[in-house]
Amino acid sequence: MRIPPRFTQHGAIALLGGGTLVTVIILVFIVVFVLEKGLPVLSLSFLFSNPEEMGRAGGIFPTLIGTIVLPLLAILIATPLGLGTSVYLTEYTRESRITKVIRFGTDCLAGIPSIIFGLFGFIFFVTTLGMGWSILSGGLTLAFMILPTIIRTSEEAIKAVPKSYRDVSFSLGATRWQTVRRVILPNALPGILTGVMLGIGRSIGETAAVIFTAGSSLRLPSSIFDSTRTMAVHFYILAREGISSENAYGTAAALIIAVLLVNLTAYWLMHWFISRRS
Amino acid sequence: MTSKFHIQDLSVYFHGINVIQHLSLQIPDKEILGIIGPASSGKTTFLRVLNRMNELEQGSRVEGRVLMDGEDIYRSECDPVKLRKRVGMVFALPVPLPMSIYDNIVYGPTLAGASNRHRLDELVEKSLKDAFLWEEVKDRLKTSGLRLSGGQQQRLCLARVLAMQPEVILLDEPCSGLDPISTTKIEEALTKLKQDYTIILVTNNTKQAARISDNTAFFLMGQLIEIGPTDRIFTAPREKTTNDYVTGRFG
Repeated sequence: MRIPPRFTQHGAIALLGGGTLVTVIILVFIVVFVLEKGLPVLSLSFLFSNPEEMGRAGGIFPTLIGTIVLPLLAILIATPLGLGTSVYLTEYTRESRITKVIRFGTDCLAGIPSIIFGLFGFIFFVTTLGMGWSILSGGLTLAFMILPTIIRTSEEAIKAVPKSYRDVSFSLGATRWQTVRRVILPNALPGILTGVMLGIGRSIGETAAVIFTAGSSLRLPSSIFDSTRTMAVHFYILAREGISSENAYGTAAALIIAVLLVNLTAYWLMHWFISRRS
Repeated sequence: MTSKFHIQDLSVYFHGINVIQHLSLQIPDKEILGIIGPASSGKTTFLRVLNRMNELEQGSRVEGRVLMDGEDIYRSECDPVKLRKRVGMVFALPVPLPMSIYDNIVYGPTLAGASNRHRLDELVEKSLKDAFLWEEVKDRLKTSGLRLSGGQQQRLCLARVLAMQPEVILLDEPCSGLDPISTTKIEEALTKLKQDYTIILVTNNTKQAARISDNTAFFLMGQLIEIGPTDRIFTAPREKTTNDYVTGRFG
C-alpha cells in the first residue's frame, strides 16, 4: 500500500529534525560535561604556571606552548605541500590513470589510523634521521597525517570554482599560473581554509602520533629540537596514570576552549574574506 | 578589402568526432562578420579556433591552416597566450570575475604587466565609454562586477576585452540572455567599434546579423554553406538551406 505523501513528508521532517536534535544534544552534553568539571580548575595561573609533581599540582604552561607550536609547525609544512599538490592535480594534469592512482592513494592515506603515522614518524624521523623526540619530528609526522585532508578539501574547493572563470581568464591572455594565482586561489580560499582548519583541529587533538614522535616532556621547549607535550597528551597521561583527574579536566576544558577559539577565528576570517570580495 | 583571417581547409575534431569539416573562408579586416546557423552547427567551435581556446578542452584536434595577417596561428612558435591578447572574446553568458568593475577591466592589461595607475584609470574610462557603460557605472567602479544587471555585465565583459586593445573581437551569442534595450546598446557599440576592430559575431538571432553585420556566413552541421555580403545572404541566397534558415523555415 502506498503511504500518502502528506505522511512521508511529516515522517521525513521528524526523522531529519530528530537526527539533527540528537547531534546537537550530544555535542552540548559533551561540552557542558567537560566544562563543568574543568572550569573550576581553569584560571590564568593554571594556564600560565609550570606543572609540579608530574602535573598533580601547578599549571599547564608548557603544554599550552606545545599545543600551539606543534600544530602550527604541522600546518606550515602541510599547507603549501597539500595546496601545491591539489593545484597540480586539478589544473596542471589531465584526468588520467596516474591522477586517479594519486587520488586513490591520498584517500587511503586519509584512512590510516594516526598511531601508524606515529610509528612511521618514530622509525623514520626520530630514529633513522636522528631527530629524536622533538617538535620537529612531531610536526613533520602530524603534517603527513593531515596532508590528505588538506589535499582533498583544497581539491574540492578548486574544482568548485566555475569553469567559466578559467575560460574568461585564459581568453584575456592569462597563463595557467596567472589564472591559478589571480582567479582560482582567491575564489577557492574559503574552502581551502576549511581544510586547513580541519587539519589544525586534528593535530590539536592528536595523542598517539604525538607521544611517539614529540615525546611527552613536561619541560618548556627552547627550540624545535626539544621534546614537548601537548594538552591532549597531558590530559591522556594525567587521566591514564591516575595522577590528577581535576587537572585532567582543567586541561580538557582549556583544550575545548582552544579548539573553539581556532574555529571562531577561522569562521570570522572566512566571513571577512567573502564580504571583502563581494 | 584586406583579410584579417585566411582559413584553409579547417577541420576540428572532439574525441574523434568531426565537428567542423573542410572549412575555408576569408574574414575581412575591420568589418563585422555575422555567423548564423542552427544549434551544433560548429559556430562556437569555429570562434574558439580563432583564439585557440579549443585546445584547453580534452580531446580536441585541429587540422588545416588558420592564417592571421598571413601567419599561421597554429604554427609551433605561436604562443596562444600572446594570440589571445590580440584576439579577445566575449562569451554567451556574461561572466564578470568576482572582483570590482575596475579590476575586471584592468585584469588583462595588468596580466601583461601594465601598472601605471594613471594610464590604467584612463584605459578603464575609455573602455567603458566604448562599451556604452561608462555613464551607468562611473561613480561605482569599486563595487563588484557581480552587482551589475545582466545587460550591464555583458557590456562590462566587452569593455574588459577592449581594455586589452586587441585586433579582433570574437562574440559568442553575446545577447542571448539580454533584454532588447541592452541588446541595442551592445549592437550600437559594435557598429562603432568596427572602425578599429575586426569583429566576428556568432548569433542565434538572424535579425541581429541582418542589422549589424557587413558579411554573413551560414553554418550547417559543421560546414560552411554560404558566405557573402549580408544584404545578398538575406535577400538572394544562393543555397536553398540558407534561404530556408533566414526565412525561419527551419532551425
